[in-house]
Amino acid sequence: MATLQHSGSGIAASAAATLLDMRQIAKSFGKNRVLRDISLQVAEGEFLTILGESGSGKTTLLRIIAGFETANSGELWMSGERLDRLPPYKRRVNTVFQHYALFPHLTVEENVAYGLRVSRQVETTISSQVEQALARVKMTAYAKAKPSKISGGQQQRVALARALVKRPQLLLLDEPLSALDANLRRQMQVELKSLQREVGISFVFVTHDQEEAMVMSDRIALLRMGELEQVATPREIYRHPATAYTAQFIGHTNLLRVQVSNRIVRCNSLSWTGDLPDGPALLSLRPENIRVASSPGPPALNRVRFRGRLRHQAFQGATELLQIECSDGLIFFVRTSARADWQGELEFEFDPGDGLPVRESAERT
Amino acid sequence: MFSRTYRAVVTVPPLLWVTVFLLVPYLLMFCYSFWSVSTSQNVVHSWTLSNYRQLVGVHVYGQTLLRSMWIAARVMLFSLLLGYPLAYFLSFYAGRRKDLFYQLVIIPLWVSYLVRAYAWKTILGSDGVLNTLLQYVHLTKHPLEFLLYSPFAVVLTLTHIYTPFAFLPIYASLEHIPRPLIEASQDLGASAAQTFWRVVFPLSIPGVLAGATFAFVLSLGDFLAPLLLGGPSGIMISNIVVSLFGAAYNWPLGAAISLGMLVLVVSLLFVSEGLEKKWRFS
Amino acid sequence: MSGANVANRRSPWLLMHALAVFAFLYLPIAILIIYSFNGAGVGGFPPRDLTLDWYRRLFADSAIWESVGNSLMVAGCAVAIALGLGIPAALALDRAQFPGKALFRRVVLLPLILPGIITGLSLLMLFNESRIKLSLLTIILGHGTALISVATTEVFAGLQKLERAQEEASLDLGANYWQTFLRITLPNLKLSIIGAALLIFTLSMDEIAVSFFLIGRNNTLPLEIWGRLRRGITPEINAISTIIFVFSLAAIVLWYRLRRSAEGPPEIAAELIETVVQGD
Repeated sequence: MATLQHSGSGIAASAAATLLDMRQIAKSFGKNRVLRDISLQVAEGEFLTILGESGSGKTTLLRIIAGFETANSGELWMSGERLDRLPPYKRRVNTVFQHYALFPHLTVEENVAYGLRVSRQVETTISSQVEQALARVKMTAYAKAKPSKISGGQQQRVALARALVKRPQLLLLDEPLSALDANLRRQMQVELKSLQREVGISFVFVTHDQEEAMVMSDRIALLRMGELEQVATPREIYRHPATAYTAQFIGHTNLLRVQVSNRIVRCNSLSWTGDLPDGPALLSLRPENIRVASSPGPPALNRVRFRGRLRHQAFQGATELLQIECSDGLIFFVRTSARADWQGELEFEFDPGDGLPVRESAERT
Repeated sequence: MFSRTYRAVVTVPPLLWVTVFLLVPYLLMFCYSFWSVSTSQNVVHSWTLSNYRQLVGVHVYGQTLLRSMWIAARVMLFSLLLGYPLAYFLSFYAGRRKDLFYQLVIIPLWVSYLVRAYAWKTILGSDGVLNTLLQYVHLTKHPLEFLLYSPFAVVLTLTHIYTPFAFLPIYASLEHIPRPLIEASQDLGASAAQTFWRVVFPLSIPGVLAGATFAFVLSLGDFLAPLLLGGPSGIMISNIVVSLFGAAYNWPLGAAISLGMLVLVVSLLFVSEGLEKKWRFS
Repeated sequence: MSGANVANRRSPWLLMHALAVFAFLYLPIAILIIYSFNGAGVGGFPPRDLTLDWYRRLFADSAIWESVGNSLMVAGCAVAIALGLGIPAALALDRAQFPGKALFRRVVLLPLILPGIITGLSLLMLFNESRIKLSLLTIILGHGTALISVATTEVFAGLQKLERAQEEASLDLGANYWQTFLRITLPNLKLSIIGAALLIFTLSMDEIAVSFFLIGRNNTLPLEIWGRLRRGITPEINAISTIIFVFSLAAIVLWYRLRRSAEGPPEIAAELIETVVQGD
């Protein structure tokens, strides 16, 4: 079951008017239920990311908004108008395709002009708009080139210009950065985000890369096996993951299976006091919330201490991720600042307040 | 993504045309085969099995069909024997000249069938190129009469015509064999011959089946080469059909024979398709 | 022999076999051309009295030229019919679902693999039952119908290579289905369509098995030649065949140039044959 308990906390969603309203969208391909009961709003000027693993249904949802697929049930509304009954070419929605889908037989310029020509605009206004659009993405120099003669990053910019020149109300981007190498990708993330601020158009961005989603989005809608797992701002979703799946998918986490009775929380041999209802619970504790104990001896007030043996150490630049095994078999991931000489048994501590209760993610098939 | 109208616009016209000009005519052929001709040579539209009784009862039909199949089988065999090594050579040994050779195989296909059959007639005739050449170099004193107007001439001509047809699918199937498989086989210690028989040939079987089907089916139904080069001993089943639709004027009987051919050919296509699927691994 | 050498391997036996096959394939064509210049008629070795007489006679032979005109007209119309129905048929096979689709596919392709006599006779019966007089029109209908298969397979192969996102991008940018077809689908299929048109034209020019049964009073070129062959053979036929061969050759060279500049080595006929025999 999808719960949207955090959706109200999205800043953009509550501040601006709703542009796109998806109401209980469901889609199956044969027996395969790809999307179930998706309800989601996109605000004016918002950068919303649909994040999910491959097969989660994110691309299908995007194609339904664009009009390439028809939902089996549910409605799409945009600015108070029913959208899902319109053919793709009548929607004020444009798409940047995953592999750009630039027309190989047309030049860069003709590609950008395409959408204006087919809607029978006057040639003189077309050329000035095309010029502007190409200037905006810094591709003026390549106006006469065929798409096969320019690089992936350049193709990406042309695809953007081609979609933006139509002045859509909503721009859909289907993993547009996935074909680029890491450096170019980071650069394009920044460019895309600032471009979106500049043009003020709502973006719906599909990706499987959680870091990319965190960097760019106003809000993230996390999709899992056809259902929304959580919709919230990047900070919110990281700090307050609603489910175990969210906690694990967005960043690293330690999932602690605990038993609570009379405000005493027990996890294997560890125990502490905490404000949780009685019964079993699942806590998410981020690796960066665990510290190497500063001095041996009794823990500071409200700290939980444990000892463990270093099993693995992954160097990640400024920080490193340690894998610690306790004598009772518990395994913890701990993030510390990079230091080369961790060895043997170590003592750690964490604030039990950082262990956030999360819901078990429902089994789905 | 395509609207209902779009799909209707692209589907309905070809569907209608194919129904009127292909399906209905085949059905009509079916109907004709159960009709008969009156003594005044009009087609009688009443149902009878007499055509089929005649087919089974009169031996010349069965014999001619068998002879046609025997001719077609030889054409198929020779086309494969010529086409397979050629395709193998092109695919694995021709190097940079591959494209040129490929086009050299295709070009004869663009020369009229009739003209090529006619060219063989001018070569094989008793005062043709071959016989006069043999006499010119004093190998023979009299023209060799068996060359023309014989099943030999028909098989030779049809082999000439259908070798490129056998070649093409074989070549395509050889081209589709991933080259690392050859290298893997060699790496595992197989000799060139072992690699061919254990890797290349099995993977090319779909092409061989396709080529064989083409050569067999198309030569089975041929009637022009036998008319031009076959003589009385080279008559094939289609020649009987032609005469039934022409001078002998018995369309219903001709339709029955044609229908028999159609059924034979279509079942051959199904068999070959089934076999091909078995040998297709990707 | 190392794997890296696969491309440079040598085999004298295979090479000799290949040369022998080429000799077999080209011998009749060479003879045909040589004897079109032979003053002493179509047979006889060695060729003697080289002459252009047969060509002169050919150019004065109005019956032949009339049949050439008929054939060109028939081929042109056959191309129009076959493309006009084959392009939609390929689109339908690629992107529509309808009852009987599998049967439709097989029936469309059937004339390509069936002996021409069956297609010819079944159409003859249709025209006979519907009291349509045999003429060039019936030949056009016959060729058009039989060759839809060629247009369909060629265009279908082209569609398989066309990235679907191209058309989606066009719709997305505001072009309707018709605009998308004209501006994106068709230009991408250009090569397949030109290739199909060339193939259909040539096949129709050469076609005789279907025409044989559907002929009215006006002959096509192959039927004119056929009629003359039955009356006795003259090098005039060699001469006209040589001329047609040269034209075909020019068409092929042109086509290969076009195709190669666009997408590398040509495989047109192989594609066709593969599609037909594989069924699906």
